Amino acid sequence: MNWLNTAIVLGATYLAVFWEAAFSGVSHVLGAQIDLLPPLMVYAALCTGLTTVALLALCGGLWFDSLSANPLGVTVLPLFAIGLAIYLKRDLILRDETFARLMLGLGASAVAPVLTLLLLFTMGRTPLVGWGTLWQLAVLAAGGAIATPVCFELFGWLDRMLVHRRATESSFRPDREIRRGRL
Amino acid sequence: MLKRPHYIALGLVVLLTLVILNLPSQTSARFKLGVGSLFLPLFGLASSSQQVASTMGDAVLPRRQLLGLNDDLRRENQQLRLQALQAQETSSENARLRQLVGWQRETSWKLKLAKVVLREPANWWRTVQIDLGSRDGLRVNLPVLTTDGLVGRISSVGLTRSQVVLLGDPNCKVSARVENETRDTGVIGASGPLDREFVQLGFLSRNANLKPGQNVATSGEGGIFPKGIPIGKIVDVQATDSGLRTEAQVKLATNLSALEEVWVMFP
Repeated sequence: MNWLNTAIVLGATYLAVFWEAAFSGVSHVLGAQIDLLPPLMVYAALCTGLTTVALLALCGGLWFDSLSANPLGVTVLPLFAIGLAIYLKRDLILRDETFARLMLGLGASAVAPVLTLLLLFTMGRTPLVGWGTLWQLAVLAAGGAIATPVCFELFGWLDRMLVHRRATESSFRPDREIRRGRL
Repeated sequence: MLKRPHYIALGLVVLLTLVILNLPSQTSARFKLGVGSLFLPLFGLASSSQQVASTMGDAVLPRRQLLGLNDDLRRENQQLRLQALQAQETSSENARLRQLVGWQRETSWKLKLAKVVLREPANWWRTVQIDLGSRDGLRVNLPVLTTDGLVGRISSVGLTRSQVVLLGDPNCKVSARVENETRDTGVIGASGPLDREFVQLGFLSRNANLKPGQNVATSGEGGIFPKGIPIGKIVDVQATDSGLRTEAQVKLATNLSALEEVWVMFP
């Protein structure tokens, strides 16, 4: 397991949760706050190990609920369910394709709030739900779809900057070079 | 197919979540505050960066504009002083009359200014967090307002931060009175997910004499909010339950989306 990668993902999760609670400009304009945890989970499920996925679900969910009026822990299970589902099918997913990332982000960002709302209703809570929720889900899905490829680019850049890579040996050997004359 | 490590991870996460979700409410609240306190360094960073930005903004403000602003404020201050004198006179007269009639004397409320530091990240609740906590004397259910009107009530208190549940949230119900001849009372309930400016005033009698433009204020019933705090204005009235009850849509006096500073009311 790459601990640096896990630490980077968890650090980004921490900042993402704080951003969601501290800056509500998107919410004022579009009527819904974009959730960055599902895009991060898509990245973690496709590019890291199962431990990182579980840690992201636990830490991200608990951090999010601690700043929200949600009961503590209610966001953990939906995030982990999405992460595990993508992780199990990741060999079949074209993870380098931007379109695949976009669609995964769209799906994850739409499913996560629905699962959380279902859990809240199961627990007997009464969250604010109405026809406007459909618009909010659309905003969340679209925001998540845009954020997912950005996440991949950002983590790719950080990976190139921070993780040491072993120099790969070229198959070219000068003693095996065929030198040709003029004729 | 799920393999053994997958089962272990799944089992661990589900078990931990179920344990946390089933914690007793007090333990859960403490745990929530503990987890939330991990964000304290970022609070400090955000507030200091805001301070730096405002200091820089003050530095570039022209002197002429500042002098003009100062004059306006001085004039407003004089007006407010006169109004305060009048209010003081009315208050003492009220106290004397109460004594004559034999009514219980109303206790005056104290106010404490708080800054809004965080907003609700989930789209299905209406809450904000303020920078006052139990060390400032805050406790659950204290009313929160601005100079425009009621904002909500304190729902949970930490050492340095508190959560305020806003009007329109399903967990913030307020007994309200319409300022008309019949003094109709109802309950302010939840709004729609996208309606941040409007709330529903329900549980009104079917004979309620409501018209758009009438003011709505707290009725003082329920024991949380004192009487007479402005809530908003009626914009629409409709009959519900086949005409058995009346419901009104109220435009809030306070803009809840733009809250920066609020007052917490102490008895």
